[in-house]
Amino acid sequence: MLEIKNLSVEVKGKPILDGLNLAVKTGEVAAIMGPNGSGKSTLSYVVAGKPDYEVTGGEVLLDGEDLLALEPDARAARGVFLAFQYPIEIPGVATMTFLKAALNAHRRALRQPDLTTPDFMRAARGAAQNLKIDPEMLKRPLNVGFSGGEKKRMEILQMALLAPRLCVLDETDSGLDIDALRIVADGVNALRDPKRSFLVITHYQRLLEYVRPDVVHVMAKGRIVKSGGPELALELERNGYRDYTSEAA
Amino acid sequence: MAAVRETVDRVRSIESDAYKYGFVTDIASDKAPKGLSEDIVRFISAKKREPQWLLDWRLDAYRRWLTMATPHWARVDYPEIDFQDIYYFSAPKSAPGPKSLDEVDPELLRAYAKLGIPLVEQEILAGVERPRVAVDAVFDSVSVATTFKAELAKAGVIFCSFSEAVHNHGDLVKQYLGSVVPPTDNFYATLNAAVFSDGSFVYVPPGVRCPMELSTYFRINEQNTGQFERTLIVADKGAYVSYLEGCTAPKRDENQLHAAVVELVAHEDAEIKYSTVQNWYPGDAEGKGGVYNFVTKRGDCRGARAKISWTQVETGSAITWKYPSCVLRGDSSRGEFYSIAISNGRQQVDSGTKMIHLGKNTTSRIISKGIAAGKSQNTYRGLVSAHRLATGARNFTNCDSLLIGDACGAHTVPYIEAKNSSAVFEHEATTSKISEDQLFYCLQRGLSGEEATALIVNGFVRDVLQHLPMEFAVEAQKLIAISLEGSVG
Repeated sequence: MLEIKNLSVEVKGKPILDGLNLAVKTGEVAAIMGPNGSGKSTLSYVVAGKPDYEVTGGEVLLDGEDLLALEPDARAARGVFLAFQYPIEIPGVATMTFLKAALNAHRRALRQPDLTTPDFMRAARGAAQNLKIDPEMLKRPLNVGFSGGEKKRMEILQMALLAPRLCVLDETDSGLDIDALRIVADGVNALRDPKRSFLVITHYQRLLEYVRPDVVHVMAKGRIVKSGGPELALELERNGYRDYTSEAA
Repeated sequence: MAAVRETVDRVRSIESDAYKYGFVTDIASDKAPKGLSEDIVRFISAKKREPQWLLDWRLDAYRRWLTMATPHWARVDYPEIDFQDIYYFSAPKSAPGPKSLDEVDPELLRAYAKLGIPLVEQEILAGVERPRVAVDAVFDSVSVATTFKAELAKAGVIFCSFSEAVHNHGDLVKQYLGSVVPPTDNFYATLNAAVFSDGSFVYVPPGVRCPMELSTYFRINEQNTGQFERTLIVADKGAYVSYLEGCTAPKRDENQLHAAVVELVAHEDAEIKYSTVQNWYPGDAEGKGGVYNFVTKRGDCRGARAKISWTQVETGSAITWKYPSCVLRGDSSRGEFYSIAISNGRQQVDSGTKMIHLGKNTTSRIISKGIAAGKSQNTYRGLVSAHRLATGARNFTNCDSLLIGDACGAHTVPYIEAKNSSAVFEHEATTSKISEDQLFYCLQRGLSGEEATALIVNGFVRDVLQHLPMEFAVEAQKLIAISLEGSVG
């Protein structure tokens, strides 16, 4: 599904990713763990196509297609979804309005007709219920005045509605209490599918207790330095990242 | 956001620089020679078979105008206008108004169809009962179609062209004309007083709630014809009326001058709601062509507890110079101004309001949303003043500006004068840019750059859109998306 080959990225002239290699298989849940500043969020932004991240070498392929050649909206249309670490507020735009615009943009990309309003409302309300989101919240401006937990749940709601092929979760667990974490994890687990891949980026092992990864990659200084099974996450929890940071240095 | 999508699609199907309404309708017109003189003023007055008092009024204004200079205090920049190079009168041939739309020149109806006016009007044409909107269509200065007249008459509401009012309701016109915007008010208002062609007249008698929204679509059609509309709306004691005005104009190479005057009078306990969607041709990408829009709009809350509310969506014109204002004369009267002003390309907007508090316990509210894109300049200019005797005057002002790109400018010029120590005036202002983060977030969800911009801008102006009548709000949303086409790289 996702293949990243020898990827190097700079932000304002400063190298962040340095020859990173990573492959995520179809249907796989891959966790990326690493210390702060190892380039985890940069990786997620580069996959999604955020401006100001300059790719200085390497490739990112989605089912063999060169993602780096595509605009962010074209990547989204091909099924790339990024759950933001810090979801953006859009004042004055009702969450419902935003969801409908996004969903219909995806449908048009698939040459499907727009959803009727009742069909859309049903889908949005159903998805909200699964994530224990009060339907009244959907009338509020997107992410404006939402708590950290509400914002993260709203990201998962969008992920559920848009049904992407590649889900990138950037520190989705940060700032969540244990109840919210469980709801978000349940939401993610409900979307696990043999045709869908996940790239779960996290600093702590905590989220992985609820969302069991198939593989764990350790990232340090802009590269993947070790890969293994779920047990690798536990090892990191015990020993911290010290080994990897010094090893990479 | 289906409406936005539809708009984006539709606009895309047109070549990029083709203004949607850029066409010329061929109706032979009856026009006065170019230039302005006493003779032209007399010609206009004679053409309209006006009474002597009105001719005198026009001539006084004309003589006064000769002594005045064009104002240059606004933040707009344009070559000097040659007032002798403009036609001051043109009228469609079949000037006497038809009784129904069936009698209207089909050419004219086709022009309306192209404008997309039918949203409201086609329903009327098809005999749909539901939307109670009376349309007094102004086509090149002379009203040619007036609908729903009978029903309005039943309620005692007078809604007709200005010329008709001069003939049939001369006393009312004489009583109120120039009582809010005197013929000496300012350069353009004085010019209008001398040469105004036609416009609308509304009178709502005491205690009457006008049974429908009144609506006029303005449209400039004749080459080099200045538009000098004059509108007068009077709501007598305890009356209520809501008036909608929408404008579009065909494409032009020459700049077109538009200097309208609107006067509103609200007596005791009366309320007037005046909504405008302005979409005159803004000029091409280099700023060539486009309408010069120098408008004087003012409302007078003449009686206690009177209320006047202005709502405007300004997206067109090369130059907009417009300050719909309220004179809060009656005690406890209230003025409101809700504005969305969008500029793109090389458009220049200098717009705002004046709230003049004269009576006791008068209140006013100003919500202004300016959006600047391209290489445009967008200025909010406003005055809030409290007279010495305006005890307890209150104002709340909120001016927000949104910048799209880095070649445009937004400016806020508020004037606040309180001569009474009990006045409470609040002023809030913000300037922001559509952030890269917001755009990226929307794009990541699959929206195109233009869809994302339209969505964010519609969110930004939501507080004002709410104050527009429903069908206008929908149109306005589409217009906003169209106006911002090409503003995202």
